[in-house]
Order: sequence, then structure tokens, then C-alpha cells
Amino acid sequence: MHENQRAGMFQPHDTALHQPHVGAPRNRVDGRAKVTGAARYAAEYTAPDLAYGHVVSGAIAKGRIRSIDISAAMAVPGVVQVFTHENRPRTAWRSKAYQDEVAPPGTPFRPLYDEKILYSGQPVALVVAEDSEIARYAASLVRVTYEEEKHETDLAKVRAQAYKPPKTRSGMAPPAPRGDAEAGFGAAPVKVDESYRIAIEHHNPMELHASTVVWEGGGRITVYDKIQGVQNTQSYITHVFGLSKDDVHVKSPFVGGAFGSGLRPQYQLFLAVMAALELKRSVRVMLTRDQMFTFTYRPDALQDMAIAANPDGELQAIRHDVIGNTSTFEDYQESIVSWSAMMYHCDNVATTYKLAQTDTYTPGDMRAPGAPTGMFALESAMDELSYRLGMDPLQLRLKNYAEINEGDGKPFTSKELRAAYQLGAERFGWARRNPKPRSMKEGRELIGWGMASGMWEAQMQKTTARATLTIDGKLEVGTATADIGTGTYTILTQIAADALGLPMEKVTALVGDSKLPFSPVEGGSWAAASAGTAVHLACNTVREQLFKYARGMDGSPLANAEIGRVAFRNGRMELISDPSRFVTIQDAMRAGAVDRIEAEETGSPSRITQLRYAAYTHSAIFAEVRVDEELGRIRVTRIVDAVAAGRILNPKTARSQILGGVVFGIGMALTEESMMDHHLGRFMNHNYAEYHIPVNADVHDIDVIFVEEHEDKINPIGVKGLGEIGIVGTAAAIANAVFHATGKRVRHLPITVDRLLEMEDAD
Amino acid sequence: MADLELPARQGFAPDDSFAQGQPAALPGEIPLTLTINGETRELHVRPWTTLLDLLREELSLYGTKKGCDHGQCGACTVLVDGQRINSCLALAVQKDGCEVTTIEGLAGPDGTLHPMQEAFIEHDAFQCGYCTPGQICSAVGLLKEGHARSREEIREMMSGNLCRCGAYTNIVDAIEDVLSKESAK
Repeated sequence: MHENQRAGMFQPHDTALHQPHVGAPRNRVDGRAKVTGAARYAAEYTAPDLAYGHVVSGAIAKGRIRSIDISAAMAVPGVVQVFTHENRPRTAWRSKAYQDEVAPPGTPFRPLYDEKILYSGQPVALVVAEDSEIARYAASLVRVTYEEEKHETDLAKVRAQAYKPPKTRSGMAPPAPRGDAEAGFGAAPVKVDESYRIAIEHHNPMELHASTVVWEGGGRITVYDKIQGVQNTQSYITHVFGLSKDDVHVKSPFVGGAFGSGLRPQYQLFLAVMAALELKRSVRVMLTRDQMFTFTYRPDALQDMAIAANPDGELQAIRHDVIGNTSTFEDYQESIVSWSAMMYHCDNVATTYKLAQTDTYTPGDMRAPGAPTGMFALESAMDELSYRLGMDPLQLRLKNYAEINEGDGKPFTSKELRAAYQLGAERFGWARRNPKPRSMKEGRELIGWGMASGMWEAQMQKTTARATLTIDGKLEVGTATADIGTGTYTILTQIAADALGLPMEKVTALVGDSKLPFSPVEGGSWAAASAGTAVHLACNTVREQLFKYARGMDGSPLANAEIGRVAFRNGRMELISDPSRFVTIQDAMRAGAVDRIEAEETGSPSRITQLRYAAYTHSAIFAEVRVDEELGRIRVTRIVDAVAAGRILNPKTARSQILGGVVFGIGMALTEESMMDHHLGRFMNHNYAEYHIPVNADVHDIDVIFVEEHEDKINPIGVKGLGEIGIVGTAAAIANAVFHATGKRVRHLPITVDRLLEMEDAD
Repeated sequence: MADLELPARQGFAPDDSFAQGQPAALPGEIPLTLTINGETRELHVRPWTTLLDLLREELSLYGTKKGCDHGQCGACTVLVDGQRINSCLALAVQKDGCEVTTIEGLAGPDGTLHPMQEAFIEHDAFQCGYCTPGQICSAVGLLKEGHARSREEIREMMSGNLCRCGAYTNIVDAIEDVLSKESAK
């Protein structure tokens, strides 16, 4: 155990003096597997006698199943079993057993538990058959009759019933108010007081959620699950089905995107495990794209934002009140308002965050949960304020720059947002902007330039890693986290290679296996910091042991050397001052009479640092849009995103993370919207043809800048994380650019053709 | 066969809207000859089996991905007689006698990667990798079509292949790279 709390501060990059790989652009180590089709995902493992499950989705939003007739489905040749609430095997009876590692407060949804219907699309039966087509066909023959009850799926209709969640989700405590926001708002001469709303969005990873459960005999199973944390799946299965950890081996070496949809075990996992255990046979359940709209999503949020300033732009008050939707069975919470208390210097701040229940599935974490939602309101309001002040939007932000985290009064571990604003503005050419809306035009299109800020917490979670060096000069490192496309395999390989002075080809990184040392779910942008630190620590222990053997060798050239004066490179340890004095890894291990050195270490965040400092990534986003006013068509032709995120382990994969976040932001701003038919209580556009994620033609120039930011406090590798920050302010910057182009302020995302065309000119 | 025409939104349709109550007799298997990645195979498939499901479930060629089953995402793109198609929209029996190239068949027999595969790695043109086989097959088909000459055209003609990780910028870079090298030849 390596608590790293002694000094409350890390020596940055303390031991690995020679670092050819960390910080350098490197191709993905799993690249070859991914471009040749060799990488296998959850639904791509097979087993002798594999059966296929197809889910029957419920047709009403609320009520109960009156009858369910499976006889016609059972009569289809090749159908093995049809599971319903009437014949399902017994599972844990306490709802708490279904609470996974990241479950919000409440009673988790239990598939096929009873006749009650809690939301539209809820699974009501699982048809298991010899092949997938038979299962799908037979599923169409399951006849269900319902007793409908009146449902409500419109958040706006239940806002009067909004409540403060009685139990706060871990880490989601709303910020304390400061000063007097009412008085500050009343007294200030320049004000913005508006309401903002975003659309419900679905994660829509390209890979359909799926679980393949391989029956190993004797009650033991191997599970390939689409999940962002194999050990979360493992503990869910052991709790729900009463199995021991030894009986449940979970593997997810490749995850085809997730963006938060794979944080919690989803219902296809429950159904596949249930069927496999009952039938004593391997079973795979893969959802359809339609069914990808029958579980978690980014929640709706009604936001009221009031900000006010003195004529010189100095903020006098921020008030941010939010009501988010949740299900009737869990209190999902996310950080929407906390950013308003931290982003700017302001003495008078008050926020509220409430929930209201709709007859839907529980919303969940989707890329930067809460942040792009809250920042859309705050950064739109700041933009509106800038026009009322007659002040440049960037100058307004610099005027109110927060030197410390005013939410809790702590200094930042590092914050180079000012440099991000400057570099981003320079690259974008912001200084050439004509502040007047509708002032730029080319051909049919109005051109608009807008900007926004972004912020996300730099987190780290307790994580354990193992490192094993063998006498053939190969190093294996592993921890149970996931690589959902983030590049975790690659950065762990870089860290490990540098620690022992090996080429990357000699290093194998393993993730996504429940037998590997403990890791929490991959998410929140904490995986690089957490898994990276654990691997770094484990490799350092191996390094120290190896050096001890080298120094203890008879006549060792390093006999009196300190480890700090020795470089590990090219498979050997050499004196920095005199590289001709060296010991190879093989000779050191022979001297120690070992053929392997293995170490397991746990990295934890420093509690002292957490008490003393606030740790956040920041970004400055500049967007150019071109708007064909007659057609209402908006193109995002240019984005510059300048990011301050501490140390960048791999600029190549890091850039890809930000590109991906920005593309998510483009979707949020312009196209993505899960449309609920409130009459039916159902999302209607449940496919890729009607739910529009950005396509290649929607994405033009995106320029990513990583600002130099020295970070030596939050973890030994100086990493803040990149998965979320790319999306955070992007939609706001685009909306602000649309205003600059058209003079139309759209406060409801996405800014679709109809919303833009029906707007009267504002301001 | 009317009973086999499943409504596209089967999972959501009201339960009394289509089910006839009694199952139809399952169709028999039909013989089929396909040349897949250079190897000619004699197969027997049911008429309702898509080319995608045949590749994945019968032949364990899981490199071809299923993302929607409705021709909306392009993850299942393969080359049939050199042309890119969505294999989820083709019934296997329609392709009798055809030559199919999947992502597994692009590299040389000695493992040498196709230039498009190399370019995708070099430009980091993917993250999770799930859409990648479809993107690469589509890009190979695109260059063979010979219409794309600019970044704009590449973007437009690659828009049938969705990438939720948002790797589009790098995908265009990779394709442009291969295109310019081919043009230089």
C-alpha cells in the first residue's frame, strides 16, 4: 500500500528521469487489433452450444402486465425458453443487492421482477433460441396485454412537484451559497435573467449493449460484458445471483464506446446471466439499436439563470436554479449548478438543484454529466451579458477570472485557463471579430464567432496495479479498468516502458479483466490519473528491486550509486554521469537469482492535497458557424479548443479525446435530441436515422491546443484527465456563435432549423 | 412468408398489431456459394439470414460489426465484388456467387497491412475501434470508386459511416493520405 500522503504533495515524475515515451505522440498499441478486425467486443465471443436471447420490450409507459402469452413463441422450432416475470428464476429479493458501484440513491430497476411497468421499452420477456433469427422472430409472437395507468413523461408538467433529493449522491453536494445573490442582482445595473433547456440525449455508442455468458459448468460462468468496469459487473452478478467471486469471471478487453452508458450493468447482462444459469448453457443477449433507447440517457433540465454586473463588467450576482428529471425509482443526480459557483469571481452566488420524477428509466452519467448542461446556461448568459455591457465576451471572462475556487475557497493545484484563452484566441483570430451581430457574411451564409469556457473536475480514484518483469526483458502491467477507446492501453504501456527503460514492444498492458487488481469503473476522466498512477507505482517498486539486485552484484559497476543517479534505458541501468557503467536487466536478475520481479501497488489520491487544493481541467472554446438564414441550416466550420489539463501523456491519443468531445458538443448544440411523445410516454426517434449524431460531413476544422500546465500536486504523473473536457463548453460556444451570426438567441438545445426559424430577433 | 416480415420496431409495436398468434413454419436452408476473403465456401443458409449475420454468427468473422441492423450506421460495411455495401441490408442468399472482402481479408497473407489500415493507425483515425472495420472497408471502396478528390468530397462520401467517438477529422486525414499516395503513383 502506497498512500502517498506523507508530504501532501508529490514529487512530480519523480523517478523516471529518462522518458522517451511519456509525453510523446505514440500510435495506439491496440491499433493493429482494431484495424484488422481482431479486437473482439462483448457479443463476439462464442461458445459450444451458444444460445441467443432476444428481448421483448414493453409497449406502455406505466401500469401492469395483465397477461403474457408465450405459447406461440414457445412453439417455434428452435426456441429454448421464454422468460417472463411469471417464470423467472429466483434472484436476490432485496433491492439493495441490485445496487451497483455507481448506483444513485433509490431502488434499482430489476428486470422481469414483477408485473409492474415503470417505463416504456422496459424488458418484459427474454426469448432464448438456438439462433438469433429464431429468437427475434419468436419474440414477435409473445403476446402481452396491459392495464395502463396515466403516465407523465414531461418534466415541465411535474416541475411543481420538484424536490431536493433526500439522499445526496456521493460527491454531488450542491455548493454552499455565498454573499447575497438577491441583493446583488437587485442592485446591479446590467442583468440577464433567462431560462435555458437542453434536450434529452442518448449515449448511442456504436457497439450495441451486449453480454455473452459462457457456461463453464459447475455453476461457474465467464461473462463478456459491455461495461466500463468489469469488477462492477462481477459484484453485481454475485450480489444478484448469489454467486461467489470465484464463480464469476468478467472480461471486457474491448468496449465499443460507452460514454457513460456502460458505467452501470444494464438489463441485458441480468437477462443473459439469468438465462445461462437457469439453462446451464452459454447465452448471448445483444440489444437492438431501438432498445439502446430503453435505458440510461442524459436527463432533461429546466434551468433558470440570473447574472448581473456593474457597467465595467464586474459580476455582482449569479443565481442558478435547476430542476432535472429522474425516474420514479432512483434519484439520479449530477453536477449542473456547481460550475456557476466556481467558474468566475463573484461575491454573491446562490444555486439550487432539484429533481422531479417522470415515468422513464433513470437517467445516467453521459460524457461530462451535468457540466455541458450547466455551462450551456452559464456561458450563454455570460455571452448575453457581454452584449448588454457592450463588452467583448472574452474580456468579460478575463475581467471575472477566478484565481481560486470560490466555491470552497481553495487554491487550484494549477490553472492555466488564462493561457488557454490567449492561445485559443490567437489561433482563432478572435481579435479580428466584429462585435456586431449579423456583421459577417459570405455568399448566402451569415458568419458568427462565439466562445465559451469549460471546466471539469480532475479526479483520481484508489486503484491497484500489478507489474511483472521477467528475465526475458518483458514487462506486463495490469489493472481491472477499461479502455473504451480512450487510449488507456497505450498510456499504461508508455508509463511502464519508461519506468523500466524498455521499448514499448516489450511491454504488455492488460485491462478489462475482473481477475486483475482492483480498479473502479472507468469514467469521470479519472482513469489515466488513477490507473496511470497505480502502474507507475508498481513499476517503481519493480525498478527499486531490480536496482537492488544490480547494486548487490559482485563487482557491480553501480555498487555505490544512488537510484536517482541511474537512468533506466535500453534494457539496462546506467550511471547518468558515466553511461559506460551499467548493468543489464538480465544480469541484475541473475544476480538476484530470480527470473521474475512482481509488484502490486495501490495509488490513492492524497487527502491532504484534496483538503488544501481544488483540482480542475479548464478549456477555452472558440467556434465559427455559418448560417444559411433562409434554410435555417447551421454549419460549424471551425472550432479551436485550448485545453489546460496538466501533463499530456500522449498528444496523439489526447488530441483524439478532445476531438471526440468537441464532436459530441456539436451534436448537442445542433442535432441530438431524444424526442419523447408524451402521449405515448416513449422516445420516438429511437434509431440513427432519426436521432442525429454528427456524421463526417458535419465536422469541419477542429484545432486542439494543449496549454502548458505544470501540475505537481494531484498525482505523481501530473495527469488531470481528458475524456470530458472536450464537450463541456462546446455547445455554448456554438450557440453564442449562432447569436453572433444571426442575432437570434436560442436558449433551447439543439438549435434545429425550426427553433432557429421561429425565433424573433433578440437583443 | 408474410409472417416473417417483422416490423422494424418489433420491440415497441403494440402487441396486437402484427403477431398472427401462430408461428409460421421455419424456412428451409438454401445452398449458397460465396468467395470470402479469397476462399470459396459452400454454405447452407436460411433465406432470412443477412450477409452480416452469416459472416458473424456462422463464420465467426466478427470483424464486421453490427451497429443498427438498419443500414443507418455503416459499421457492417464490407466489399462485395469490390463495391462497399451495408451487409446488414443484404440477405446472404442474394449474394450467391459473389466475392466478399471483409476487414479480415484486407491485410496480405503475410500480415502486411493494407495502406488504409496503416494510415488509420498512423492518423489515430479511431478510438473504440467498433466502427473502424466499416470505415476502412468503406474508405477502400471509396477510393476504388474514384470520385473523392478533396477533403469535402471525402467527408460527404464517408458520411454513411458513423463514428460516435468523433474520429472524423483523423479519418479524413487517413483517407486523404492514402489518396495522395495513390495519386502520386
